[in-house]
Amino acid sequence: MASLKIIWNIFVKDLRVEWRNRETLASMCVFGLLIVFLFNFAFEGAREETLRLLPAVLWVAIAFAGVLGFNRSFASERENACLEGMTLAPVDPSLIFVGKMLANMLFLGVAEVVMAFAAALWYNFSFLPALGQLVLIAFFGTLGYAALGTIFGAIAANTRMREVMLTVLQFPIAFWILMLSIDSTAEALRGNPGGDWFGGVARVAGISLVFTIASFLLFEYVLEE
Amino acid sequence: MLETRNLTKFFGDLAALKEVSLSITRGESVFLYGPNGAGKTTLLRMLASLARPSSGQVLFDGGDMGGDGALAKASIGFVSHTTFLYSELTVRENLKFFGSLFRLSDLEKKIDAALELFDMRERSGVFVRDLSRGLQQRTSLARAFLHDPDFVLLDEPFTGLDSQSVKNLQRLLLRLPEQGKALLFSTHDFEQGAALAQRLVALKAGRVRYNGPLATAPFEDLGIVRASGPKADG
Amino acid sequence: MKNKFPISVHLALTFVGLCVALYMIFLYAPEEMTMGEVQRIFYIHVPSAWTALLGFVIIFISSIIYLWKRSRFADELASATAEVGFIFCTCVLVTGPLWAKPAWGIWWTWDARLTLTFLLWLLYVAYLMLRSYIINPGRAANLSAVVGIIGFVDVIIDYMAIRWWRTQHPQPVILGGPNSGLDPRMLATLLVSWGAFLILFSLLVRVRLRLAQMRRELGDIRHVLAFKASED
Repeated sequence: MASLKIIWNIFVKDLRVEWRNRETLASMCVFGLLIVFLFNFAFEGAREETLRLLPAVLWVAIAFAGVLGFNRSFASERENACLEGMTLAPVDPSLIFVGKMLANMLFLGVAEVVMAFAAALWYNFSFLPALGQLVLIAFFGTLGYAALGTIFGAIAANTRMREVMLTVLQFPIAFWILMLSIDSTAEALRGNPGGDWFGGVARVAGISLVFTIASFLLFEYVLEE
Repeated sequence: MLETRNLTKFFGDLAALKEVSLSITRGESVFLYGPNGAGKTTLLRMLASLARPSSGQVLFDGGDMGGDGALAKASIGFVSHTTFLYSELTVRENLKFFGSLFRLSDLEKKIDAALELFDMRERSGVFVRDLSRGLQQRTSLARAFLHDPDFVLLDEPFTGLDSQSVKNLQRLLLRLPEQGKALLFSTHDFEQGAALAQRLVALKAGRVRYNGPLATAPFEDLGIVRASGPKADG
Repeated sequence: MKNKFPISVHLALTFVGLCVALYMIFLYAPEEMTMGEVQRIFYIHVPSAWTALLGFVIIFISSIIYLWKRSRFADELASATAEVGFIFCTCVLVTGPLWAKPAWGIWWTWDARLTLTFLLWLLYVAYLMLRSYIINPGRAANLSAVVGIIGFVDVIIDYMAIRWWRTQHPQPVILGGPNSGLDPRMLATLLVSWGAFLILFSLLVRVRLRLAQMRRELGDIRHVLAFKASED
C-alpha cells in the first residue's frame, strides 16, 4: 500500500510538472500528427496501399513521439538533479521507475489517441471494428516501449548528446516491440484472416513484459553512482 | 553515529577519496575544510548515500549502509550544490512531494514549520523557477530539514544567501548540537566555518590531513591563514 | 598469468593460427559446387559472426558479474570485448554482401540472420557510443552494465521474434548445419578458422585490457604524485 502511494505521488508529480509547461504532450502530439500528415501526402492516390501501410505509419509516429517524450521526462529531473533528490529519501528505486514509466505511458497514450483520430479522419478510415484488439496491442506495445524509454532516458540523461543517445539505445532494442506491434495491428485491421485473435496481442505482451521486468530490475543501478 | 572506514571512491581512474576513516556522533558539529577538488563534496555525497564506495564502508549507527540504507536515509538531511527542486513546482509542492517520499505524518504541519524556519512562508506558493538563487537555497534547506534529520550534511550551505539569511542559518546551525543533532558542513570561508564548529576535518587530495579539535589545529601546516590569527578559546 | 603465457607467445600463436587457417581456406578446402571460389569467404564470414555473438555473451556475463561483485576487471573486460566484438561484427556485415552478391544476386536481403546481425551491430554501436558519451566517469561502469544486460536480452528476443515475424520469409540459402551434407574438409576448415579467430579475438581483448590496466595504474601514480605535491 505504502509503495503504491509512493508510485502514485511520483506519477502525479510528473503530471503536475507537465501540466505547468505542457511542453511534452504538445510536442509529442504535434510531432505525431506531422508524421501521419506527411505520410498521407507521400502516399497520395494509392488508397489501398495507404491502408496497408497505416499500421507502420502509426507505430513509427509513436516511436518518434515516444523518444521525444522520454527525453523531456528527464529534462525536469536533470535540471536540479531531482532524480538524486528522490534517492535521498528511503524509497525503493524501482518505485521511481514505475511512477515515471506510468507517466510516460500516459503521455504516449494520449499522443496515440490523437494520432489515431487524425489517421481515421484524414485517411477516412475506421478503427472501430477491431477496437478491443487494437487497444490491447497499443497498451502492451506502449508498456514495453515506455519501460525501455524510461530506463534509457535515465541513462541518456547522464551523457553528452542525450537526444541522440536515447534514440541510439531505444530503437535497436525496442525494434521487436515495434515490429510485432505493427504486425499485430495489421492483422487486426485485416480482421484476423488467420483466425488468431489472441496470438498477436500475446506476442506483443510477452516481449513487452520481458523488457519491462528487465528494466524494472535494473533501474536501481542506473541511479547509483 | 555516522562513520566511514577506509572509504575510497574512484571516478574512472581518478581517486576522489582515499582511505578516509572518520566518524560523527549526535551532538557534534564538524567543519569540513579543504581546497577545491579535495573530496569534500564526494565525502558528503557518500555519507548521504548518493554515491557508493569503491571500497571501504559507510556505517550508520554501526550498521553498513550498503543495503537499502532506509534507516539512515530517514535520519540524514543533505544540502548540495544542486537544489534537488523542481522548477515547475511551487515551493510548497516541492516540499510536499519530497516529504511524501519520506512517508511523514502530519506533513502539512511539518512543511509549515520548515518554511517558517527559513522564512519562506510568504513565498510558499511561488514557482521555484521564479526564485533567486538565495531563495532557492533556502527552499533546499527547508527540504533538508523537513523530516527533522539527526544528521545534517551541508555542502556550502551559504551559497547565494544574503547577509540576513546567513545570520539566520548560522543561528540555526549553532543550536543543532544542543538539540542532540550532528552537523557536518563544508564552506570555503574558513572563519565562517570556524565560528560554527568544535572539530575540524581538513581534506586534501582525497585524504584526511587533520581530524581533531578546531582550536588546536596546526593551521600553518594545513596552509590555513586565519583572518585575525587563531582565536584563543573563543 | 603473465609468466605462464606471455603476450609474445600469444601473438605468435595468433600468427600461426591465421596462417594455418588461410592455408586451409584457400588450398585445403574443396571448391563448393554451385557457388565456386567465392564460397571461401564463408570461412571468414561465419567464424566472424560466431565470434561477434560470443563477444556479446561475454559482455552480458561481465556486466552481471560487475553489478554483482563490483569487479573493475569485469567492467574493463566488457569494455574491451565490446570494441573487439564490434570489429568482428563489422567484418560480418562487410563479408556478407560480398558473398551474397555473387551467390544470391543481391547485396542484401532482410532475411533472419542478416537482420539479427545488423541488430547485433547496432547494439555494439549503441554500447560503444554510450561508453564514450557518459559525462560522469563514476557512473560509466553501472550504466554500461545495464545496457549490456538489456542488450543481451534483446539478442535472445531477436532469436525468438524472428520466427514470429514474417514466417513466410524464405529460410537462408547458406548451408544448413554441420549435418546437412557439409564436406568434412569444409567443416574442418571452418572450425580451424574459427579457432584462429578466437585466438586473435582473445589477443586483441588482452591488449585492450592491458591498456585499461595501465591507464588505471597511471591514474594511481598521478594521484599519489598530486598528494605528495600537496604535502610539500
